[in-house]
Amino acid sequence: MQMTAQEERLCGLLLQEHFGEVVEKVGTHLLRSGVLNLRALVHETKLPLDLVKKSVCVLVQQGMCSFSAGRRGPGAPVEYQICCEKVLHMLRYPHYIYTAKSLYGDTGELIVEEILQRGQMTMSNTVSTVADRLTHNMPEGQCMDYSEVVTAFSRLVETHFLQRSPSVTPAGSSTSGGADSNPPAVTQPIQAETHPDCYKLPYINISGKGKRRRSDDGDADQSTAKKAKTDNSEFGDEGIYWQVNFERFHLHFRDQAIVSAVVSKLDQTSSEIVRTMLRMSEVTTPANAAFTQALSANEIFRALPSTYNIARPILDQYLTLLVDDPMEFVGRTGDSGGGMFVVNLHRALANLARATLESVVQERFGSRSARIFRLLLRKRHLEQKQVEDFAMVPAKEAKDMLYTLLSENLVQLQEIPKTPDHAPSRTFYLYTVNQLPTARLLLQHCYKTVGNLIERRLYETKENKRLLEKSQRIEAILASLQATGAEAEQLTEVEEMITAPERQQLESLRHHINKLDSSENQVDETIFLIESYIKSTKSSR
Amino acid sequence: MAGKGRGIAAFTFNIEALGITRGSMPEAQRGPTPLFPQIEYKPGPLKAGEDEDYMRALKQEMRGRMKDLPFNIKPHSGKSDVERYKDKYTREIKKIEDGNWTPDWNRLPKELKPQRNIIKKKMDFKKFKEMSKKDKEDMLSKLDELDKRGDGKSDEEDEAKGEKKGDGEEEEIEGNFEEEELEEDNDYIANYFEDGDDFGAGSDDNMDEATY
Repeated sequence: MQMTAQEERLCGLLLQEHFGEVVEKVGTHLLRSGVLNLRALVHETKLPLDLVKKSVCVLVQQGMCSFSAGRRGPGAPVEYQICCEKVLHMLRYPHYIYTAKSLYGDTGELIVEEILQRGQMTMSNTVSTVADRLTHNMPEGQCMDYSEVVTAFSRLVETHFLQRSPSVTPAGSSTSGGADSNPPAVTQPIQAETHPDCYKLPYINISGKGKRRRSDDGDADQSTAKKAKTDNSEFGDEGIYWQVNFERFHLHFRDQAIVSAVVSKLDQTSSEIVRTMLRMSEVTTPANAAFTQALSANEIFRALPSTYNIARPILDQYLTLLVDDPMEFVGRTGDSGGGMFVVNLHRALANLARATLESVVQERFGSRSARIFRLLLRKRHLEQKQVEDFAMVPAKEAKDMLYTLLSENLVQLQEIPKTPDHAPSRTFYLYTVNQLPTARLLLQHCYKTVGNLIERRLYETKENKRLLEKSQRIEAILASLQATGAEAEQLTEVEEMITAPERQQLESLRHHINKLDSSENQVDETIFLIESYIKSTKSSR
Repeated sequence: MAGKGRGIAAFTFNIEALGITRGSMPEAQRGPTPLFPQIEYKPGPLKAGEDEDYMRALKQEMRGRMKDLPFNIKPHSGKSDVERYKDKYTREIKKIEDGNWTPDWNRLPKELKPQRNIIKKKMDFKKFKEMSKKDKEDMLSKLDELDKRGDGKSDEEDEAKGEKKGDGEEEEIEGNFEEEELEEDNDYIANYFEDGDDFGAGSDDNMDEATY
């Protein structure tokens, strides 16, 4: 799988952040080489064998590395391959977790967080871990019952946000389905979806409550004894692992993006109608479909949430409005049932991507350059003179702007010869913008941006290492003093160990790091949109 | 025809078609573009709100948490330092689960399992120790025979046997087993006295010779 330099760099940074430099080295070499066997990997990374083995185990556990029997036939060594996309998903973890929280509360949030951190988990292990964590945050004397966590887990599975990890054949290669005896070609990604029991919950015999973790040693022995009890074999779901279904979350994000675009372009009611239509088509629309299945106005009317008490004729008006809007969110495909309507998923994504591109040009090069860019997107090919006229920009400035956009590769020049000899004086030179390649370019810029943000954050942290460590030590001292009931004087004495200018420096550092972190999250939103558009375009071809 | 006018830009196509005249060309680049160029239009502010703050906090917490999980693999530290007293307690407080993760070996290729013999150099020992009982007896009886023939040959035969009976490790087996190791292993082991008859008899028989 071809990877760009920026993707590789970003993957390396993400691996290092989550799993340390050893795994980063192993992962990066695998990414670069495509497919490697263990011996070759050891040879290339020049790391000790045991560290390489552990790293590969971690990467497989986290669902980022797959393995298959050697291509050269039986007896050939096992080969490993990294999935770049999965590594990049790490950027989006906060979004997944937050979505789970908004849909299924704190319990859902912790379930998804635990599974993301550990790559894959059994249901029983997840339930007990999450129950413990929730209990820890509850007031003294209260406990979280396992059954509540089981409910939340089940709902996540029913709505396909969680899925079973693909099975592994005894020959030692990971395949997508149990019945398949031929290991798949290395280039095919593992499809968990093809597993027949993908969303089937195992019957587990689990009951109990979360255990509160105590800091005093008296219960330490007890808790280790209790820990032994939560051994998987007790609950009957040994060997059945669950992982996050990223694609399902992505569909949710896509729907959200469309709905919020409708809100900004039209109004709340229109967006509720679109949201209803999307909800109705959730299970019937295949992933990457260009549009949802057709829904009749009657059906939509019945499915509207009860809080939206609009009359039937009003609904028809809204639907007409949506269809006529140049963003083409909704399309009309028939007249039965009061009119058949679809949500134009691909069109919506393409328009969102286009709006993003236009916005980037505007923010970087000004509104007149943006006007030229929009013009070229719409009219496809224009000559120099036409650009000046349509954009209503004076010739000299138009040339300047076009030249700048050209040098940034946002605009291309195309030659159309009038005569077979391609004589320059008899050739049209047309400026053009092609949305798909430009989107790809922007995506690479985004990857580079996130890489830069991470590197800057690492730099800031490193520069202030001494101060950060001092601050952490003092916090630890304060915490232990408070726990043992120290007096206010002692506490202030310790606090004063950090001088005022140091405090200011720490505050400033924290502010910078917050900004950098927040920026990463928000650039990822753009990354998601562009990636979705590119994927949707590829599959609709 | 290239460079008809030295130093004067000569284009292969009619520049006027693009609407650019000679005079309006931008300046030639002098060197690479600056690393942090001046930006004409300042970037807009970040989105700020509850959602964004919460996600940022999630991100930071996860970053901290991942460092403490066993998936974060640390390189081998130089010399294994004595474990500090406080480490045990810091670990517990910070809930660091270091190296306590055992993957489900059913789901991984067998070659990833850590080998039992971690210490490479002493593998020769282990090879000898892990020989089956039967092999041991074979070896011992052969040794007895060879003992009577001479020392030199027996060493080589042992080496050959040792290699065959090895665990089939991927690492290369050292060609020459140290003579000392060979003898160390067998020093004072039963075979020395299994031939008790011969040995004892030997010395007894020679009792009439003078001993120094």
